[in-house]
Amino acid sequence: MSNSNQQLADALRVALGDKAVSVSLACNEVTVEINPENLLEIATRLRDASEFQFQQLVDLCGVDYSQFGRDEWQTDEASRSGFSRGVTDATSSGRLQFGDELDSLANQGRRFAAVYHLLSYAHNRRLRLRVFAADDDFPVIPTVTGIWRSSDWYEREAFDLFGILFSDHPDLRRILTDYGFVGHPFRKDFPLVGNVEMRYDPERARVVYEPVSIEPRVLVPKVRRADNRYLADEPPLQDEAESDA
Amino acid sequence: MPEIKNYTLNFGPQHPAAHGVLRLVLEMDGEVIERADPHIGLLHRGTEKLAETKPYNQTIGYMDRLDYVSMMCNEHGYVMAIEKLLAIEIPERAQYIRVMFDEITRILNHLMWIGTHALDVGAMTMFLYAFREREDLMDMYEAVSGARMHATYYRPGGVARDLPERMPQYLESRWRSKKEADRLNENRQGSLLDFAQDFCDRFPGYVDEYETLLTDNRIWKQRTVGIGVVSEERAYQLGFTGPMLRGSGVEWDIRKKQPYEVYDRVDFDIPVGTNGDCYDRYLVRIEEMRQSNRIIRQCIDWLRANPGLVLTDNHKVAPPRREELKADMEGLIHHFKLFTEGYTLPEGEVYTSIEHPKGEFGVYLISDGANKPYRVKVRAPGFAHLSSMNEMAQGHMLADVVAIIGTQDIVFGEIDR
Repeated sequence: MSNSNQQLADALRVALGDKAVSVSLACNEVTVEINPENLLEIATRLRDASEFQFQQLVDLCGVDYSQFGRDEWQTDEASRSGFSRGVTDATSSGRLQFGDELDSLANQGRRFAAVYHLLSYAHNRRLRLRVFAADDDFPVIPTVTGIWRSSDWYEREAFDLFGILFSDHPDLRRILTDYGFVGHPFRKDFPLVGNVEMRYDPERARVVYEPVSIEPRVLVPKVRRADNRYLADEPPLQDEAESDA
Repeated sequence: MPEIKNYTLNFGPQHPAAHGVLRLVLEMDGEVIERADPHIGLLHRGTEKLAETKPYNQTIGYMDRLDYVSMMCNEHGYVMAIEKLLAIEIPERAQYIRVMFDEITRILNHLMWIGTHALDVGAMTMFLYAFREREDLMDMYEAVSGARMHATYYRPGGVARDLPERMPQYLESRWRSKKEADRLNENRQGSLLDFAQDFCDRFPGYVDEYETLLTDNRIWKQRTVGIGVVSEERAYQLGFTGPMLRGSGVEWDIRKKQPYEVYDRVDFDIPVGTNGDCYDRYLVRIEEMRQSNRIIRQCIDWLRANPGLVLTDNHKVAPPRREELKADMEGLIHHFKLFTEGYTLPEGEVYTSIEHPKGEFGVYLISDGANKPYRVKVRAPGFAHLSSMNEMAQGHMLADVVAIIGTQDIVFGEIDR
């Protein structure tokens, strides 16, 4: 299939030309990044053109790229007394508490993306399509429900969890969260423990919402290792335990 | 003439035929469904968000709890994504063990499905039969992992441990006489493989029993033939995969078309339906159970003949053996690193999919080079299937909604995630 994916990538480069922001082949998977204004045209072509024939939208999901590549614990350099210990301030969604805010990124239009996974039964090939919404504060991407019917609920999910708006969607309601939920829980600035908790109040004889009382608890800091242990040219390292220990 | 109005019926979330926590808002014209609007999310636990805050290995257990009737298949999808991004090879024996347990899981899932589906439609006995066989399969889970359901058995790089040489035994107790215990222990005298072999010998006979009860049963056919018909074209559009797609006549199985592990080395057939109705999907799943049984037999034979490693010896990913830990400095360091920080994945993204009992189970993993995933998206087959509820139920009677929920093999753990 590797050969076939190379051909697919080449065919996409030819067919899409300037309309593709990038076409890449990694881990034997083809990824195409396009702009939202070209989405409908390209999606229709990918479904109908005989060399592509992606009949099915297998999956669609939102991604929040705002914290991409940020770690919580720097271990590049050690001081004389060793590495810094622990992480105290709120640096990731797992550590946020009610009212905390992550230092937000500048609005660069690279925060929210919708990722589409397509499958061609005719050619037995898969393709990943990534569309970045142009505006971080008001992310809008056109809906593909007219092209692949299965995108209906997936787009509702991405709207619910990330707040990505799919324009012209027939029924863009929340799907997974509670009725009357506030916020978009899978955004990186939404606390893992949530904002409110719910309980039945016997005195008022109704359900009440209150700020969460549980403490955020993340036991392992997020650490990025910039060592080259996974570079393709080198064998998987057996003897470098010292360098990262 | 009195004026007839449509009315709205709330089906679930506390309804025995809703297979968990489905709330269906049905707009009815008399007894005919005009519109079905499933409300989901009552079991939403934020598995994907939880995964973002934990080292990779700590999420394997959460995967069991997605589709809680086919536990190991979920784990399989997840660990395969990690392995693909790490580009590590896993030992052949581990691959056979995974295939064997995937197929055991498929039978487990299909037994649960046939039991509840038939129960909803009115055949009580099926449920009891199916649970009788599930018991044996869960014992296999327990023997290998210590847990009857949520096994957490697969690991990136292989499986947690090798198959046990001895099956656990039932003991005599206040509730179980010596005679009863001996009867239960009869086929548990050998290893797990002997027990599985014994099950494989018995199982085709059991499937015949199910078919005797259902396949030509007049009531069963009246309730399923011509209900929830989906054409091939619509099946693609609606995102159908697995038995739902095959019931509509598409010969597509990821195990055959994009083989993973050792599926290209085992012999099995893909059953395909013709009409795309509930009855065809029933026949497809029944045949899948027989085919799974065939695959398990082949795995048993291979596993008997080929002992070996079941977890990779690349200690950057999998911990070293306990003895190494005691005597070897490097082993100790590896162990410490793995259990305090975990391993880091290279920056990148992968999508892996497996043929889950319910359809295509995919895991889309984005890594930014850290010891935790940046984003995990679980592509649950049931989510796409349930989203077609409106189209499948329109124009049918209220009672047929129950048959359609049954045929879609809905489990809320994976739909709500």
